[in-house]
Amino acid sequence: MTETPKSETVPQKSESPSRRSLIGWGGAGLALGAVAAGGAVAMTRVGDDVDPAGADTGAAVAFHGANQAGIATPVQDRLHFAAFDVKTDDRAEFIQMLKDWTAAARRMTGGHAVGDGAYGGLAEAPPDDTGEALGLKPSRLTLTIGFGPSFFDHFGLTGSRPDALVDLPQFPGDNFDKSRTGGDLCVQACADDPQVAVHAIRNLARIGFGKVAIRWSQLGFGKTSSTTPGAQTPRNLMGFKDGTRNIAGTETDRLKKFVWVGEGDNSANSAWMTGGSYLVARRIRMNIETWDRTSLQEQEDVFGRDKGEGAAVGKAKEHDPPFLKAMKPDAHVRLAHPDTNGGVTILRRGYSFTDGTDGLGRLDAGLFFLAYQRDVRKGFIPLQRRLSATDALNEYIQHVGSAVFAVPPGVRDKDDWWGSTLFSKDAKES
Amino acid sequence: MRAVRLPVVTAVAAAAALTAVTACTAKSDAKDGDAIQVTAADSKCTTSTKSIPAGQVTLKIENTGSKATEVEILFPDDRIVSEKENIGPGTKYTLTAEVKAGAYEIACRPGMKGHGVRQKLTVTGGSVAKRDPKLDAAVAAYREYAQEQADATIPKVETFANAIKAGDLTAAKNAYAPSRVGWEATEPIAESFGDIDPKTDTRADGLEKGQKWTGWHALEKALWQDKKLGAEQKTLATELVTDLKDWQKRVGKAEITPTSMANGAKELLDEVATGKITGEEDRYSHTDLSDFKANVDGAEKAYELLKPVAQKNDAALTTELDKQFAALNTLLDKYRSTTTSDGFVSYDKVTKDQRKELSDGVNALAEPLSKLAAAVVK
Repeated sequence: MTETPKSETVPQKSESPSRRSLIGWGGAGLALGAVAAGGAVAMTRVGDDVDPAGADTGAAVAFHGANQAGIATPVQDRLHFAAFDVKTDDRAEFIQMLKDWTAAARRMTGGHAVGDGAYGGLAEAPPDDTGEALGLKPSRLTLTIGFGPSFFDHFGLTGSRPDALVDLPQFPGDNFDKSRTGGDLCVQACADDPQVAVHAIRNLARIGFGKVAIRWSQLGFGKTSSTTPGAQTPRNLMGFKDGTRNIAGTETDRLKKFVWVGEGDNSANSAWMTGGSYLVARRIRMNIETWDRTSLQEQEDVFGRDKGEGAAVGKAKEHDPPFLKAMKPDAHVRLAHPDTNGGVTILRRGYSFTDGTDGLGRLDAGLFFLAYQRDVRKGFIPLQRRLSATDALNEYIQHVGSAVFAVPPGVRDKDDWWGSTLFSKDAKES
Repeated sequence: MRAVRLPVVTAVAAAAALTAVTACTAKSDAKDGDAIQVTAADSKCTTSTKSIPAGQVTLKIENTGSKATEVEILFPDDRIVSEKENIGPGTKYTLTAEVKAGAYEIACRPGMKGHGVRQKLTVTGGSVAKRDPKLDAAVAAYREYAQEQADATIPKVETFANAIKAGDLTAAKNAYAPSRVGWEATEPIAESFGDIDPKTDTRADGLEKGQKWTGWHALEKALWQDKKLGAEQKTLATELVTDLKDWQKRVGKAEITPTSMANGAKELLDEVATGKITGEEDRYSHTDLSDFKANVDGAEKAYELLKPVAQKNDAALTTELDKQFAALNTLLDKYRSTTTSDGFVSYDKVTKDQRKELSDGVNALAEPLSKLAAAVVK
């Protein structure tokens, strides 16, 4: 299932990896790189109502489950990520929108049109569904919702904001475009067909008009990480392999340890997050032109691995355990490695992006970094603190957009809806 | 103005389709016995019969009043089947029309304005399409509104044109936005005629090859950008008045149906979304908010007239529309100004964030408004 395994890539079970290599440093490292381990490709989810399926079949990914799909489920090829602002003060109206969104998401991830469909209705009225995904396969579409820190300023939810959902500190070198930063809530749409992902966001935005408005959105392609290590290792736009050892969807233990919010994590105010996760989204612009004029030696030094095979300095194979001290002190991989960071591990789901060129003719391109973790304070923040201070890569990248979200647990069944644990906890709604 | 648009007539709903009629006005030799005698006085309009068989109908009109009058045969929604304007005091005229079975009215308009004095006319024979009288009333009231807007526009556009002819830049600038309000409030009707809008409301980038740039926006550029008024602008001002008088005369014949009203309201919001929010419409004068408000007012008028029917079919929708119209109007009120001639702040002073907020407000209204037509014909 999932991506077609390439025989020349990962000898998955040919050796039994040490714990050290399991938690190995990732492909291109943290800000751009992987921090994860290998594992089998198969993947199951609790309460699945659709068989998990691979890209080659274009089939559907289960929408229902204990965790939301789109985190540990196999990474698809394309992304449309949207951050929304809340536009209503009416709690009941907003809850109804979440229910409407859930119903639409349930249909779209199953490969069905929204509502009464895209045609056949009244000639004088616009159809429920916009229609551009008609005839396309479900394409493993996943839709994942999250709530930003500012969301809890609405609907009297201040007390429900989880302690772990902190506002990210300003890191050295951050240069945010306000129109690409923040948001009350987000929806991550991933699919193997970009039209399917765009269709999903477009239809949710339409349902949301008057209740929410899109603040910013990002299209992504060429996944830069994988949750199925058997797949070919993707390369980022700098040409380096990336995401070779991300946490796999089957690694229940490590998902539990590093990704899913556990019961004991929460004070009472955020018990609703059990089974959820925290998402950090960063738009990382690459100085593509200067990077392309950089010597191969420097490029490899910056990452701490070779460009062809992807092996760590002094090693032969991509998956050989790295010897960090062989790398330059400011090498990206060395700084991002869990061993340098007290074992800190996150699950990455980033995508490359290219939004044409800027007004100066430079490629407006880079990495749209998406990372899931059990606690932002123990995941992204310490890692980025280290990277932003000394990473050699900083000369070639700039963080231009940023957002953080609390991603609630999964929609359990056909009667459940996105955010139900949050809104139901004071029993005002069911 | 939009470069490409469908006229309102394409939105005619089958359920509410108008009875097809060929109308014409001509001198007729019809014998008095077959004709309807219409006596048009200053405050009365009497007809010799209230019921006739379908086919060729002849009105023998006599103006016994002291003012010039206008006599019309009207559909239930007030669309004109046939008309004769400017029948002088003491004169006679014979008006004919081909009329199918259905309910009509004969209207005399002393002084050629207003609702006029009405008489019922039932045309018998054949089958009559079933129509909801409530919806006919809504269409009739909307047509009346559109006519009022057109009537009120003419003196304002004359003020604008006179200032240009007098070479008075300041007075012309002050008169520009107010002269557009009635047009903007009823734009889908004007655009349904096809030939008026290109002459009056085309922007520089909307010109077709070989088309001469005429109308409001050509004058807007002369006033705000070129800052000079010459013989060319004076000619344009005269043409604008002529073209708008043509529009004023034709409002009564516009094909309007309940669904075209509903979708026309949505189209007014489309005008806002594509032309005003971006600041493209009034790019030299930056009076976009004045147009914006007129578009919203026109949409709200159409909605209010359809609301009794829509509410019965989809109460949740009308609740939402009430809320969103109020919200958008409240938002627009934030941009009121006492120092500008059109009553709104100059759009180049509206920040990017504020434009986003306005855009969000328009989306919040336009999305449910797109569902109004369905609620009307349900």
